[in-house]
Amino acid sequence: MLSAQAVSVFFGDVPILAELDLEIAAGEVVGLIGPNGAGKTTLLRAMAGLLPLQYGEMRLEGRPLHRMDRRSLARVLAYLPQGGDSHWALTVETLVMLGRLPHRSPWAAPSKADEAAVAQALAVCDVARFGDRPVTQLSGGERTRVLMARALAGEPKVLLADEPVAGLDPGHQLDVMAKLRELAASGAGIVVVMHDLTLAARFCDRLALLFGKQIAAEGCPTKVLSADMLARCYGVRAYHGSVEGGAIVVPLERTDAGADHASA
Amino acid sequence: MTAAPALRRRRREAAPFLLPLLALAVGGAFAASLLIGPAAIGLREVLDALWAGEVETTALIVREVRLPRALLGLLIGATLGLSGAALQGFLRNPLAEPGLIGVSASASFGAVLTFYTGLAGLFALALPLGGMAGACVGVVIVQALAGRDGNPLTLILAGIAVTSFAAALAALVLNLAPNPFAALEIMFWLMGSLADRSFEHVWLSAPFMVAGWLLLITLGRPLDALTLGEDAARTLGFNLRGLRSRLVLGTALCVGAATSVAGAIGFVGLVVPHLLRPLVGHRPSALLPASALGGAALVLLADVAVRLLSPGRELKLGVLTALVGAPFFLLLVVRLRRELS
Repeated sequence: MLSAQAVSVFFGDVPILAELDLEIAAGEVVGLIGPNGAGKTTLLRAMAGLLPLQYGEMRLEGRPLHRMDRRSLARVLAYLPQGGDSHWALTVETLVMLGRLPHRSPWAAPSKADEAAVAQALAVCDVARFGDRPVTQLSGGERTRVLMARALAGEPKVLLADEPVAGLDPGHQLDVMAKLRELAASGAGIVVVMHDLTLAARFCDRLALLFGKQIAAEGCPTKVLSADMLARCYGVRAYHGSVEGGAIVVPLERTDAGADHASA
Repeated sequence: MTAAPALRRRRREAAPFLLPLLALAVGGAFAASLLIGPAAIGLREVLDALWAGEVETTALIVREVRLPRALLGLLIGATLGLSGAALQGFLRNPLAEPGLIGVSASASFGAVLTFYTGLAGLFALALPLGGMAGACVGVVIVQALAGRDGNPLTLILAGIAVTSFAAALAALVLNLAPNPFAALEIMFWLMGSLADRSFEHVWLSAPFMVAGWLLLITLGRPLDALTLGEDAARTLGFNLRGLRSRLVLGTALCVGAATSVAGAIGFVGLVVPHLLRPLVGHRPSALLPASALGGAALVLLADVAVRLLSPGRELKLGVLTALVGAPFFLLLVVRLRRELS
């Protein structure tokens, strides 16, 4: 569905991603993991068509992303930035309705379909009960859920979410991940950046571990989160277990001077 | 969860009937501007003058003095309110105002130059034409300096650079003025006023202002999207580079034309959007029309006030808006601080 083909991104002379390949299929949740500074956000922005690529190409259903018209791309692809916020004190509902902008014709009031999509997104993210409150009055975690609802309101076929569960309580983390699974089940392709390895292992079909400007490991979560990989990329030793058929990965201690790893 | 309660809730967030009420205020202020002045002219006579085509002195005063003045007040007020709201939305900063992108300062400098060279004395429209030429040069420089990437920060920096350079040049011209009277004349003009403007000024500036409005009023949706930040706005399908170009061109057209015929009238473009924002539920798109109407009403009322406050030696409109605007803005700051704490 969405594929990165030999993509290289430079900031000035510094290479951030080098000849990276990644393919996202319809109906799957791909977890993008990796240490701080590995280039997860850069890759996600490149996949959203927000960055110029020095080499390589992003393709959406075979079509090169940079040749697509922004508006038609926006109807298909939603991007949820990391730590996003609202600059004005819009009400929750108005903010979530912004997610419908690519679908609305100019000057027209929201249609029945727009209203329904917003109502559903509000309910799914458990923010419907403060629909008429200004976003600025909500707590950080509540605001994160509202922004998630904004991205879902567009009913995207591809969702690129940058740390959507950071700062959420365990209950709402499970809610959001379950919603992503549900969206994937309806045929969407999803890339989600995350740091919680257990959550990643439990809810993602595949993981892509970004390290050293490339995808260092890719595939089923248990394979990617092997003791060897965690030591090499994160510089940690972890407990591997399982409960109710799901994997558990809990980092226990540094294996070495792991600080060097992020820049390796 | 049905759509019906959602609809009801959204209506509640904006003050009901805001636009009709504002339009009513503009109408009232416009009428007051026609009725109030040094010459006592009643409602009856004003209406006669406007529609019956009388040729007496009173009719001439209404048609040739008060009507163009009121029309300019309406046009300029709407310009300042609309462009202020658009700029605040784009920069996502409630402190932005129409003068920020350097157009007002360069228009002022262009006008000042026509005083200095004596062109202003040769024919009446030299002054506004000079102002427009200044605005054009200013906006070209700002666009070139700001680069092509649609970034708000580079726009602010380019605007500040052009504003300070134009102000320095205007100061230089004042410095070199041949005599104190010439300098005083320039100073007075810079203060901003609607007094003694004719229909020539209206015809000259109105097309540019309306063209600028048409560009700015279409920016509502991209400005709404920018509430979520630049990356989110772009992935919602908006081209930020095009947005900024339209914003700068629209502001340059209407603010450049407004400054060219009336000088710099401060604080309207800053205070009006600020005041009306809570009443439209903080939505940048809804703020555009509301702020245009609010600006028109405020400038018309302020222009009536200068006539009432100091008949004879009239207070300059720009001086009054700054005198009232600055303390008012302080009040807003204090209130905002209290809300934040």
